[in-house]
Amino acid sequence: METTNKIRVLIAKPGLDGHDKGAKIVALALRDAGMEVIYSGLHQTLDQIIQTATEESVDVIGLSIMSGAHLPISEKLIDMMREKGLADIRLVVGGVIPHQDLPKLKEMGVAEMFPGGTSFEDIITGINNLFE
Amino acid sequence: MIRLIEDCDPSAFEMLKLLYPHSGNAFIIGITGSPGAGKSTLIDALILEFRKLDIKVAVIAVDPTSPISGGAILGDRLRMQRHATDEKVFIRSMASRGQKGGLSRATKDAAVVLDAMGYEIIIIETVGAGQGEFDITTLAHSIGIVNIPGTGDGIQTVKAGILETGDVFIVNKSDKPDADELVHHLIMMINMRRPSESSLAKTNRAKTNWTPKVLKTIARDGTGVKELADTFLSHFDFMKKHGLIDRKRKELEHLYFHSLLKDLTLEKLLLFMKDSEDCKKAEKKIRSRELDPLSAAELMVNKMTVFQSNNKET
Repeated sequence: METTNKIRVLIAKPGLDGHDKGAKIVALALRDAGMEVIYSGLHQTLDQIIQTATEESVDVIGLSIMSGAHLPISEKLIDMMREKGLADIRLVVGGVIPHQDLPKLKEMGVAEMFPGGTSFEDIITGINNLFE
Repeated sequence: MIRLIEDCDPSAFEMLKLLYPHSGNAFIIGITGSPGAGKSTLIDALILEFRKLDIKVAVIAVDPTSPISGGAILGDRLRMQRHATDEKVFIRSMASRGQKGGLSRATKDAAVVLDAMGYEIIIIETVGAGQGEFDITTLAHSIGIVNIPGTGDGIQTVKAGILETGDVFIVNKSDKPDADELVHHLIMMINMRRPSESSLAKTNRAKTNWTPKVLKTIARDGTGVKELADTFLSHFDFMKKHGLIDRKRKELEHLYFHSLLKDLTLEKLLLFMKDSEDCKKAEKKIRSRELDPLSAAELMVNKMTVFQSNNKET
């Protein structure tokens, strides 16, 4: 049988900020790049994100965070992913992220960061490169 | 596991063989209807009702794959996210990956896995369907068709096609105008089709024939959803009582076997043919217009030894 490998991405917005236009547009761009995008919507708790990623067997979790809480959220989620045996899922984070925080995120284990202003092309290549 | 199935991983095939004997207990509900009719929202509300009865529910929600990029946005889940952390609810989105008929090829296989995992009810949501997508009838025991008011006159309900397959008709968004008219048309359609069915069967089936139900719901606030859940459950009871469920399961098993047979044969044959010298020659001749594609395809098939021996016999 012919195997068909497609990158499956969960796009989720944790926490309370209600701006999901960015997340939706990124979801579209990833679809156009041939990925399967599960869009889970606004106000996701970390428990919901973990459970969804498990049921949907995704390769990537993409968080869109604009509330300024990217550091604690990413740290907590990575801990939970390790705990639940999801360590091989890559976490990428986009949204409003000050540049001085990028190294901190990387150190935590975030695979890629796409702060505001990153082009679609860079996001797509960034994700594709994780699987080469 | 479902991931391996979707990716057509060979190991999935072996695992499915092991799981298959453990399946065959779940009640499979298919939900179909046009895009935006409210299928996902309705399923979300249905999950709530089934969970009140402590039934373990799994959902397979299929959304279309882009014919252009091969990607997909799977957004059905968005409406059901409140159940994400309930351990007795499993929701899986699947992309149709180029299959027509509203379902992904892997859907059946995934249903086998969930069935074997002990989910008592499996709800399959098709892609937003029009009139011709009845793949769902090869999978589900009970079919719910979601309709919304204001989408055409009475003649739409008497056309052939998917409406003939419904066990439960749902008029969703029933707070919109014309809902009662649609209910009326649907009931008329059901009454019209009953006599012809029983005369066809001619046996004692008339007594054991389920009369399709028409229900009004407003999925968003849950109006009528409890009745809908009860209707699906009573359809299941009805089928059990009259031995219909076993017959249905056998019928579906038969279809599953034949579709597998078709897929496997096609894959093996194509794999074998595509790389053959004959195929390359034929392609060349078609390009130079020495040979037309129709004759070329016929020639290739007739050349195969399997069919040659067949030809001799006849």
